Amino acid sequence: MHPVRKQRLYLVLFLVFFSTAAVGLVAYALRGNINLFYPPVEVAEGLAPVGQTIRVGGMVVDGSVQRSSDSLEVRFEVTDYEAVVPVVYTGILPDLFGEGQGAVASGKLDENGVLQAAEVLAKHDENYMPPEVAEALEASKARMAGQAAKQEYAQ
Amino acid sequence: MIPEFGHFALILALCLSVLLCTVPLWGAWRGNATAMALAPNLAIGILVFSAISFACLTWAFLQDDFSVQVVANNSNSLLPWYYKFSAVWGNHEGSLLLWILILALWTCAVAVFSPQLPLLMLSRVLAVMGFVGVGFMAFSLFTSNPFARLLPGTPMDGQDLNPLLQDFGLIIHPPLLYMGYVGFSVAFAFAIAALLGGRLDAAWARWSRPWTNVAWAFLTLGIMLGSWWAYYELGWGGWWFWDPVENASFMPWLAGTALIHSLAATEKRGLFKSWTVLLAIFAFSLSLLGTFLVRSGVLTSVHAFATDPARGLFILVFLGIVVGGSLILYALRAPAVSSRVGFAWLSRETLLLVNNVVFLVATLTVLFGTLFPLLMDALGQGKYSVGPPYFNAVFVPLMALLMPFMGIGPVSRWKQDSASRWRAELLVPAIATVVCALTLPLLHDGDYNLWVALAILLAGWVVFGMLRDLANRVRNASSLGTGLRRLALSYWGMFVAHIGFAVTVIGVVVTSQFNIEHDLKMSPGASDTIAGYEFRFLDVRGVQGPNYVADEARFIVYRDGREVVRLAPQKRRYLASGDVMTEAAIDDGFFRDLFVAMGEPVGTDGAWAIRLHYKPFVRWMWGGSVLMALGGFMTVADKRYRRQRSVARDTLRQGEVRGAQA
Repeated sequence: MHPVRKQRLYLVLFLVFFSTAAVGLVAYALRGNINLFYPPVEVAEGLAPVGQTIRVGGMVVDGSVQRSSDSLEVRFEVTDYEAVVPVVYTGILPDLFGEGQGAVASGKLDENGVLQAAEVLAKHDENYMPPEVAEALEASKARMAGQAAKQEYAQ
Repeated sequence: MIPEFGHFALILALCLSVLLCTVPLWGAWRGNATAMALAPNLAIGILVFSAISFACLTWAFLQDDFSVQVVANNSNSLLPWYYKFSAVWGNHEGSLLLWILILALWTCAVAVFSPQLPLLMLSRVLAVMGFVGVGFMAFSLFTSNPFARLLPGTPMDGQDLNPLLQDFGLIIHPPLLYMGYVGFSVAFAFAIAALLGGRLDAAWARWSRPWTNVAWAFLTLGIMLGSWWAYYELGWGGWWFWDPVENASFMPWLAGTALIHSLAATEKRGLFKSWTVLLAIFAFSLSLLGTFLVRSGVLTSVHAFATDPARGLFILVFLGIVVGGSLILYALRAPAVSSRVGFAWLSRETLLLVNNVVFLVATLTVLFGTLFPLLMDALGQGKYSVGPPYFNAVFVPLMALLMPFMGIGPVSRWKQDSASRWRAELLVPAIATVVCALTLPLLHDGDYNLWVALAILLAGWVVFGMLRDLANRVRNASSLGTGLRRLALSYWGMFVAHIGFAVTVIGVVVTSQFNIEHDLKMSPGASDTIAGYEFRFLDVRGVQGPNYVADEARFIVYRDGREVVRLAPQKRRYLASGDVMTEAAIDDGFFRDLFVAMGEPVGTDGAWAIRLHYKPFVRWMWGGSVLMALGGFMTVADKRYRRQRSVARDTLRQGEVRGAQA
């Protein structure tokens, strides 16, 4: 084979091998490390998987935040105004976490429907709502408006 | 009046940019020297008007002109003056104006410092930069005018700058980052100009290379500062989150790293020309994509400014024009500029190619991870998020793969080399590396850590390979001093940057492996010991700052019964916005950082949630990045570029004389 062609062949083989390895690595890494967002209403309907890392977000219910007195365990509830999901978290909460504010918790759902959170996110800017939460709230509002309209129609 | 003046100056700058991206290009097409010669003057004019515009906005911030909307939303009369100054770019509109100013700076720098460039080439380069300027100025004026007024209804006082941005790091982080981001537009402009002219040669690479190196060095510093800021201000001790906005700055850096290495091969050997052009386009497109991701709010990020879909659409269209246009041009012209130079399988060219492939794949995997949630959302597959484990799982092996080649790189020869020579050259470095990897982890008391050993193995290989090359280069000199002095600055730049990379790797791995973190409930008088340091919690007292009140906890850290340091973390509440913010206290050191942050009060007995960190070698990470940036700057001071610049200065002086006479 012509040396230049041979060199090109090596090059192509190298590229193919390397990109296959990279794609394999990406696929492997993706499998365990992505998680899906569920609004509270879907968690309440049992659509969210148990024992798998998911994210749940909504507004923190007023008066629901309870700190344990002897450890850093915190219990609170998030809602999209249709359903409520209880969350347990151990650790330090972000500065902007507060009752009546938007928050996203990521963790695993246990058999009792409680989210065992490994991480709780609240945003920098208090005017800023995590997009997922904003969308979930909007969807819930639309559904409730729809139901109200239906009820009116029935009466 | 002043804000309107700034607005008007920005409009004038836009008009000049429109002229810059049309007239010289027409001149280059028709061979009209007068039209082409207009380009440098237009570039200077754009800088003048952008600077006036920026100065007007700065004035509005410093004078507390709350009738200007951005000032009212992002400043406050209680804010210290230096934060009023940095508040100019602590918001969407102002940061865009900073972007425009920096683009004008780069454009003007190209115009002034490139007299050796043929006028034809210069006019094309400046025209392309003018086009980018048109895009951003139109974006600013049409979708996010920084000079919009609140009349009537001027508030009495402003809503204050986001407390997280009230920090020294945020004064310098955005300008440096933008210097890097925007700096890649120069490499991009050179690439497009070369495609337009159909002439890609070693001279083109030599012109383009110093600009690219400087932009890369600025970007390195900018990213490093962002990481450092996150560490002490936002991150609760974390320093890299693979957050979409971090990725947005990291992707151009990865592509830029590939670009500066590929440019080396193009300049020295006339190789990979089309590839280099493609990388230049790619790096700048990623800068634009980063802007799109940050400004449009399509991704959830800790950095998000208030966002607006119209802005996202504007940048997306602009991105489409830039990427689409340059790729079409590339498809039409690239075959005409391909090279016919061969090289052997074992050669420096191959090693540079490995560098390019690794960095390109790394860029693409980060890009994929960043866009995956967008893609799934667009396909209606649900709202996914891709977390740090994905990026670590992909990125770390790629870098580990890179470093064995990086050790061979400097000692290898262009065109053709042999395995036996490599073996002979690298035997001593290999032995030294293995010895270090086996012994150094033992210095840490506790178990022998394999990951740290691996990091030392890889980093040591890079360092000893570099040292071997240095030894080869000074061997024939009469004395060590003369040998070292005789080496070109561009060589020293590579030397420092590669060492910096190794230092960063050590820092990242050691701090990740040996980091100790305790989150616990502490009452005054309690203490906790990590890694031999006893943190004693004395008390909490109230303190008053210029625009906040805070609870300040006092800690004393002891080691072996002796006092090491006193730390005072704070929990601040800012008066204007009511925002609560954590101010960590850090004792920094060459080998370890001690970090204390306050959570919130727990229970009724005055106890607080407290986070304690012991972070060994964390400074190495940023120190290494500073070395990398320093290396990038050093290459530009090299003789072969300096000659050009002294010429430039002379011409500039002549220009001044002529200007004075006129």
